[in-house]
Amino acid sequence: MTGPSLMDSLFQRSIDDLIKALRLTPPGTETAFVAKAIDEIRREIKSTDPHTKAAALQKLTYLHSLHGLDMSWAAFHSVELSSSSAHSHKRTAYLSAALAFNPATTDVILLLTHQLRKDLSSPNVHDVSLALSTLSSICNTDLARDLTPELFTLLSSSKVTVRKKAIATVLRVFECYPDAVRVCFKRVVENLENSDLGILSAVVGLFCELTENEPRSYLPLAPEFYKILVDCKNNWVLIKVLKIFAKLAPLEPRLGKRVVEPICEIMKTMGAKSLVFECVRTILTSLSEHDSAVKLAVSKVREFLSEDDPNLKYLGLQALAIVAQKDILAVVENKDLVVKALSDSDLNIRLEALRLVMCMVSEDNVMEICRILISHALKSDPEFCNEILGFILLTCGRNYYEVVFDFDWYVLFLGEMARVPHCQKGDEIATQLIDIGMRVKDARSQLVNVARELVIDPALLGNPFMHAVLSAAAWVSGEYIKLSRNPFEIMEALLQPRTSLLNPSVRAIYIHSAFKVLMFCVHSYLKLNGEESLIPSTLIDSELVSDVEVDDHNMIVTNGQAPSASSVTHHLTQESLLALVNLVEINLGPLAGSNEVEVLERSTNVLGLIKLIKPMLLGSLNDGEGDQTKGELKAPETVKLIFDSYSEDLGPVSVNAQEKVPIPNGLVLKENLDDLEEICGDMKLPLLTSFSLVRSQFAEASNSAEWQGKEESELSTESTSLLAEHRKRHGLYYLSPGNRVTTSNDYPPAHDPNDKAIDEDEDLAKLTEKSLVTGKKPSQSKPRPMVVKFDDGEVTTVATNRTEVKAGLISGAVNEVLLGDEATTSSSSRRKPPKSRRGTGDSNVSITESKSDASKIDQSEHSKAGLGGSKHNGHGKERRRRNSGKDKEHDRKDEHKSESVAHGKHRSRHRADKAVEAQAPVIPDFLL
Amino acid sequence: MIRGVIIMNDQGKPRLIKFYEFQPPEKQQELVRSIYRVLCSRAENVSNFIKADSLFGPDVRLVYKTFATLYFVFIFDKSENELAVIDLMQVFVETLNKCFREVCELDIVFNFYKVHTILDEIIMGGQVLETSSEEVASAVDAISRPLSLSLSLPLSLRVCVCARALVSSCEWVLRCNRHLLLQLSLRVLEHGAQKYLWLNSTECFFSSLYFLLFRFV
Repeated sequence: MTGPSLMDSLFQRSIDDLIKALRLTPPGTETAFVAKAIDEIRREIKSTDPHTKAAALQKLTYLHSLHGLDMSWAAFHSVELSSSSAHSHKRTAYLSAALAFNPATTDVILLLTHQLRKDLSSPNVHDVSLALSTLSSICNTDLARDLTPELFTLLSSSKVTVRKKAIATVLRVFECYPDAVRVCFKRVVENLENSDLGILSAVVGLFCELTENEPRSYLPLAPEFYKILVDCKNNWVLIKVLKIFAKLAPLEPRLGKRVVEPICEIMKTMGAKSLVFECVRTILTSLSEHDSAVKLAVSKVREFLSEDDPNLKYLGLQALAIVAQKDILAVVENKDLVVKALSDSDLNIRLEALRLVMCMVSEDNVMEICRILISHALKSDPEFCNEILGFILLTCGRNYYEVVFDFDWYVLFLGEMARVPHCQKGDEIATQLIDIGMRVKDARSQLVNVARELVIDPALLGNPFMHAVLSAAAWVSGEYIKLSRNPFEIMEALLQPRTSLLNPSVRAIYIHSAFKVLMFCVHSYLKLNGEESLIPSTLIDSELVSDVEVDDHNMIVTNGQAPSASSVTHHLTQESLLALVNLVEINLGPLAGSNEVEVLERSTNVLGLIKLIKPMLLGSLNDGEGDQTKGELKAPETVKLIFDSYSEDLGPVSVNAQEKVPIPNGLVLKENLDDLEEICGDMKLPLLTSFSLVRSQFAEASNSAEWQGKEESELSTESTSLLAEHRKRHGLYYLSPGNRVTTSNDYPPAHDPNDKAIDEDEDLAKLTEKSLVTGKKPSQSKPRPMVVKFDDGEVTTVATNRTEVKAGLISGAVNEVLLGDEATTSSSSRRKPPKSRRGTGDSNVSITESKSDASKIDQSEHSKAGLGGSKHNGHGKERRRRNSGKDKEHDRKDEHKSESVAHGKHRSRHRADKAVEAQAPVIPDFLL
Repeated sequence: MIRGVIIMNDQGKPRLIKFYEFQPPEKQQELVRSIYRVLCSRAENVSNFIKADSLFGPDVRLVYKTFATLYFVFIFDKSENELAVIDLMQVFVETLNKCFREVCELDIVFNFYKVHTILDEIIMGGQVLETSSEEVASAVDAISRPLSLSLSLPLSLRVCVCARALVSSCEWVLRCNRHLLLQLSLRVLEHGAQKYLWLNSTECFFSSLYFLLFRFV
């Protein structure tokens, strides 16, 4: 397209016109309009007339900034316009550059170097500040390198605005080009003593940013900062200085002692809340070992909390959260206000308060706190209600239910939480219900009660958020049916008509639990009748005996079983059992035609079982049909087998269990499985959700193994063969959760029973150890039940050793400059305020000595200062105290080494060495 | 360091977006939208903080303040004091007030460049430079004084001038070639009308122009 015509320039829309037009465009046509406008701009921007070009660029920048249009294609036009003599055009050009240039990818930035240099040295203040502000936005390594000399000149500009902007720009330049530190740092430091507040504020702000990354390098500047802290009265500056000290104080304990007093003074006298809050935060984060200061700070926090201003309340709670990590008592003191904040109208404040409340949780108060929280949850909005529930679950479940002592209470409480109207934490509650069932044997009977309450309530089935909880409850009632008082009731609950509301996967669990209940009833019936004739002696072969032994080994709660079993026996007559079987058959019959494969499979299993046992029951009822003896003989045997396979205790699975499985011969694990983890890493199944699958596979496996070739096997051949197929394909992933292996499975166990025993022993030891250590619970009447856990479970390796290369470079350069700087300025004695004589501690002597001997102080101080950025500080300090010549030598050698490692590639290497040689006191006198 | 400043109205339309580290335009729009979503859900008289961990990472805080129909949002990291930033926001608004005399949303809408100039005087490269609204206002004044002179004429004026010129030249050209004039003026009108018919004020100018033209024709 050719350049813009005269018409285009004559009737060019200004930016105002564009904005007006945009405002008048009917909604929906906006994109079309913008596209048209862009077309115009594309034409206009090619104009040689700077006015037209500027107007076009203005419009484009506007559209880019507020409508998100791409303007990278116009980057060159910005550069072109920036050389215009009119300031307004320059401003347009630079602003578009600042808003649209990407320092990393826009290559025309380099073309801007010359113009920027020209503007930086321009006599027009506005041009200079414009160039500085542009530089601070689009700075990259090349720009920083090329413009450092100009910046250096501006750092001592006589005009305050320019100097202050130059200082602000320096930060970006340092970040992009650490070598600039060598050139500019001294001038920057000189500005620390400037009397102008604007400049001081800029410099202090700059150091605040610099100390953020690598505080140690700036330790030598502590006296200057201290002076500002004491003398300056400007809140902005003081806040920044406090931030600097918050970083420096932890590095040098003596510094903390010095600054704590003025900080407390500021906190007491100053009215500005921002400043007071900064003092509080500084003390709580960095000076927490000064008790009186902390006390004062906490009292200030309390004032904040009692204010009406929600911001102060929020920040006060945040400050308390800082204290909570070190001194929980301070939080407990303010418990009343924190709990009050739980009912604040602001969600932020409530969340902060909630976090604090959860910090306070310990074994002694967990019940009380949870009670308070649940009452809050009941009356608050759904979002916060779920936050509360989530926090409770997280805190109580932390570290294998560390804070929970009374599991009966906790299990009841879980049930209560599940019934909170807005509860959406069903998954977590379900996980914990099952987890506790597996890990805490003593809690099981209560768990079964809770599960019963949940399962028999037909109202809960309508709430989709409850389904996860219900599936857990159903699983628990099935798995621990022997602890239940009334299996018939459970069975009815599991088969109630409203279960059709459940989604198929949950329903499958319901049916499977019904299967287990049925098994249990039939087995109990058989045992009760004790018809020895029906149970052939061959059944009790060696294999089963060993199985039973394993059971005992795993401490199946046989004691608990006895009473409930006896209560069951009351109802257990042949008629009732038959009624039960019929009930199951009627309810599950229709499901055998279900579309859902899980439901279909489970119900077919149950129906198959019924088919097997029904003749037996009928037979013994009619008591005389001899031709069925063959079937009768087999039925009880099968029932016994299945029941035994279910009565084994499920344990939790260690996270590392998979690793313990050796790869079988002939199995090639494909390499690209790594990719698979990348792809679906975030949808990894929770550890415990596969429980039913695991167990059913196991059951089926033993069934099919036992029944092979037998007549009865036909009833489930379909499903078992399907399952076998499935298993063949996926068997590897279904790791048996417990410690047993199916006979059909060639793989060795994840961890054998002995292993588990050891774990338990260890746990027991740990538990006793713990109770010995704490030894403070006379109020607890019963011992805390054992929680099964694995030590290797929670190990995560996090690579945290990555250091920021850039920060290192800057600090390296800073060290170098600072040391050199000291060498030149030490003679000016500005670093020797009278208070330095008040030295304390063991290094006092060396100071008085060194006063008499100037060269010596240089040396001794050097050994200290040289350690600025190196990692040898700990043992360096040790040596410093001794102050012997030999150590100094050694230290210096150390220093050289670290220096050369840190910036070996710098050309000014040997200059640095020289600076080190000649260096003067760096850690200020008053610190000693 | 201050990471960004956003002004948007209560419908979520951005009025000023400034990030101190480069963000691609789509990302900026996305951030504005997600911040707006949070802002709408906030009740009145609650704290000025927003949790923005999901947008910017854990160390970054976000404060906002409502002035009439506008939300002012400041994004900053842990080397700034939260309450101080709220004060800074106040300073910014005060300065806007000084520069525009009772600032309202329209001022900010139509003075895109001036608002940027004001902001640049307060914050540069993420560093707070000036916290006194008087200082900022006078600095901005000094910058924009020469700026206002060079601003192009308002459109209505331009059209007016154009029409006048056309009319006066018409009389001169009238004798030469009527047909040529007609063609010329029609082209001018067509071209202008395409762009400007939406403007009420200009519409009257054009109608008057038509009137004039037809008189000559």
